[in-house]
Amino acid sequence: MTTIARPVGTPLSRRPDDPVVGTPLPHESAVLHVTGQALYTDDLVGRTSNVLHAHPVQAPHAHATITGLDVAAAYDVPGVVRVLTDADVPGTNDAGVKHDEPLFPTEVMYHGHAICWVLGESLEAARQGAAAVRATYAELPALLTVEEAIAAASFQGARPTLARGDSAAGMGRAARVFEGVTSFAGQEHFYLETHCSLALVDENGQVFVQSSTQHPTETQEIVAHVLSVPSHAVTVQCLRMGGGFGGKEMQPHGLAAVAALGATLTGRPVRVRLTRAQDMTMTGKRHGFHAAWTAGFDADGLFTALEATLTSDGGWSLDLSEPVLSRAMCHVDNAYWIPDITVHGRIARTHKTSQTAFRGFGGPQGMLVIEDIIGRCAPALGIDPAELRRRNFYAEGQATPYGQPVRHPGRLLAAWEQVAGTSSLAARRAEIDRWNGRERHRKRGIAITPVKFGISFNLTAFNQAGALVHVYKDGSVLVTHGGTEMGQGLHTKMLQVAATALRVPLERVRLAPTRTDKVPNTSATAASASADLNGGAVKDACEQILGRLEPIRDQLRDPSWEELVAAAYRERVQLWAAGFYKTEGLSWDAAAMSGHPFKYFAYGAAVSEVEVDGFTGAYTTRRVDIVHDVGDSLSPLVDLGQIEGGFVQGAGWLTLEDLRWDVSDGPGRGRLTTQAASTYKLPSFSELPEQFHVALLDEAHEDGVVYGSKAVGEPPLMLALSVREALRDACAAFGPAGHSVELASPATPEAVYWALCAARAAGRAS
Amino acid sequence: MTESVSESVATSGPPRVPVTVGVNGVSVSRQVEPRSVLVDFLREDLGLTGTKVSCELQVCGVCTVLVDGRPVSACTFLTADADGADVTTVEGLSDGQTLHPLQESFVDHFALQCGFCTPGFLMMSKALLDGDEVPDREAIVEHLEGNICRCTGYEPIVEAVEHVAEKLRGGPHG
Ligand code: FES
Ligand code: FES
Repeated sequence: MTTIARPVGTPLSRRPDDPVVGTPLPHESAVLHVTGQALYTDDLVGRTSNVLHAHPVQAPHAHATITGLDVAAAYDVPGVVRVLTDADVPGTNDAGVKHDEPLFPTEVMYHGHAICWVLGESLEAARQGAAAVRATYAELPALLTVEEAIAAASFQGARPTLARGDSAAGMGRAARVFEGVTSFAGQEHFYLETHCSLALVDENGQVFVQSSTQHPTETQEIVAHVLSVPSHAVTVQCLRMGGGFGGKEMQPHGLAAVAALGATLTGRPVRVRLTRAQDMTMTGKRHGFHAAWTAGFDADGLFTALEATLTSDGGWSLDLSEPVLSRAMCHVDNAYWIPDITVHGRIARTHKTSQTAFRGFGGPQGMLVIEDIIGRCAPALGIDPAELRRRNFYAEGQATPYGQPVRHPGRLLAAWEQVAGTSSLAARRAEIDRWNGRERHRKRGIAITPVKFGISFNLTAFNQAGALVHVYKDGSVLVTHGGTEMGQGLHTKMLQVAATALRVPLERVRLAPTRTDKVPNTSATAASASADLNGGAVKDACEQILGRLEPIRDQLRDPSWEELVAAAYRERVQLWAAGFYKTEGLSWDAAAMSGHPFKYFAYGAAVSEVEVDGFTGAYTTRRVDIVHDVGDSLSPLVDLGQIEGGFVQGAGWLTLEDLRWDVSDGPGRGRLTTQAASTYKLPSFSELPEQFHVALLDEAHEDGVVYGSKAVGEPPLMLALSVREALRDACAAFGPAGHSVELASPATPEAVYWALCAARAAGRAS
Repeated sequence: MTESVSESVATSGPPRVPVTVGVNGVSVSRQVEPRSVLVDFLREDLGLTGTKVSCELQVCGVCTVLVDGRPVSACTFLTADADGADVTTVEGLSDGQTLHPLQESFVDHFALQCGFCTPGFLMMSKALLDGDEVPDREAIVEHLEGNICRCTGYEPIVEAVEHVAEKLRGGPHG
């Protein structure tokens, strides 16, 4: 056999010698952050004169018709300048892309729904003005839980089915068939910066909105249709966000529209900044789900079939619920080959905030279902859950239920084996079993779980991006691209891509804020795909410029970059370029739920160990080991940060963060009762794993992606499923062998306590 | 250094009280509403927007500043209670030329992503490191427990502070 040496990868993925990509750099704004100079949207207010402040009037019912709205009294409050109601909307009274989110509603759809907005000289004046508005309501029945919505058949949007083979026949082949329900809660984003928009109108009527938005283009479009102006009359800029996590993908639009409407009506800049309580009670969250399932396994523990109905809790409007549901359905397989499968999906309409994108975008929910199934069935099958998982892994040549071949399944196995090795999983499993044998009131648990996460927007059209690269006469470079910075390090990566592509030192490149008048028609900074997409566009722009410089370079002898650029200018060579990128090879039929929606899969595996107190259910995370696949990293410190931060956020969702609504029949029905950091528990230092080891998967070059990298924003969040499974393992240790532990999600200490009590009771019964 | 600004007492609205506060070494006198909180005073009256607000409830530590060297949550600390005190904010950490060792360490250890929690962590950490004892990892974790970061997962923050503590231990004050 002859081996032919070839350069690694495709032109898109191949790296030059000494690339700037791959260098461990600090965050590009780090110095601004540590000195307090980095500006967020609300920091611009004091730098803008004559600003008006907006305050909403929030309805005190979960569902009601507005029977009267008298705003006159608001004008009696000193400092109140204007009250905005539906009568003021020159265009479409709608803040959503699905046209089901009236900006000023006539029907209250959730507790805290903003029915009108008051503008004041100060926030306090606006607040008092809002308190003076008199609204009357006729209350209507409200649905608060998915179960209530299912019983009332209250659904919205498409009801897709994802199917392959014949799941009934698959069940027929099974040696064991299990049935169950898995329901779990959503999650509040709790980005530390609450929503904020600042709008002003220039002398020419151009509306300029600075917004904390992950999707400037869509914010622009919604503002334009509310104001009834073309998109070119609205410019949206996002300097940076103090966290987004999906919560600023669609939720900023209506708030930006209120600010823009106020600014056009008053001629003054208008600030809409939500207080924390407003942010929590008014904006959407991660979807909780209800899943009813039947799973068949053969005698070896291999899946023969799965049938499931996933019902997501969509809240009051459609928002991003349909694509979230699609992604959940496309991830219900996680890493496992399930030959015959039928998954139905539907979106419950409930009288709650409009649930929306949140890091993972349905992927975590889909995976939670299958991992819960495996965690519950393993004891009954008499197979160690780690072994059961491993046995069911995809192999080369197999395809997902939606028909996409699983590329590089060997990488998942490599990550799995690497983390099992570095964490000494087998030895610790044995040690934990011995320890549990000695300890009566405390038990330890350990678990390993895999992640396979599809990268690209499910909807093919969104997989495009643009960039604008300017080379100035002095050789300095300014890059603008369509992605937004929310802390995830996208701008850092884009600087590295530009410096690598142009072969200039990093210091020569500067990044400009994201603006719709620089790069139009952008996709949301979402789906983890922004470095892939915008990186492709930046690289394209740089290569266009380099291509034009080549003939000049040939005329000069070994010119410096500056000499080259200066000479090119004199030769009248265009020194700037608009770059474009679209992901090739994608297809998706949303009706049939089939196609090739993802460019590739990101893989990872994690081992977590916990210790549970049998008296209280309180627990600690003793150790976490992760091996994660980021391809050839564009920026290793950025990627490690995404892995650690994503994992902790996932652990928060699965173990701590407990959204509660008032579901009683009392007057507060529908009110979010956890509307502050004091009642909504976020991961803090106390939950930091005692040992936390993160490694990047070696030899992971991805040849269809910019400089061989892979997306990293979302996939690591799902590694936290290992914590939940470790808790299940610890609870099981309180009971007899073979006991199947049902664990609520979030697995708060209270939930863990009930699960271990059930395990103990099973021990007494047997 | 003293800066004095004469302001006419507002004729309408709630009564105001005079305060004189040393902010990052500059003495500032203002008339404020009795219920004015320090973070609004810093951000709105003085334009020092480095201090951020998040939970507004003294839970997340994002708004932490030092009042006479003691860390306080500026979101609930009354401006009037800072009368006569010295307040240090993130803007006062560096001398404008070189970064404070904590600032440098946060940059080097990638102890921030979105950066919104960073000013609070820096001020909280400064209060700890300014104490008599050089803290170990456990003391750092305990001290920072009231500060929330939604992005990093905390590990790099501990490492950043530990690094500065280690340098202190090895240095002249060790
Ligand atoms: S904003 Fe002050 S403690 Fe959270
Ligand atoms: S870096 Fe974003 S909250 Fe800490």
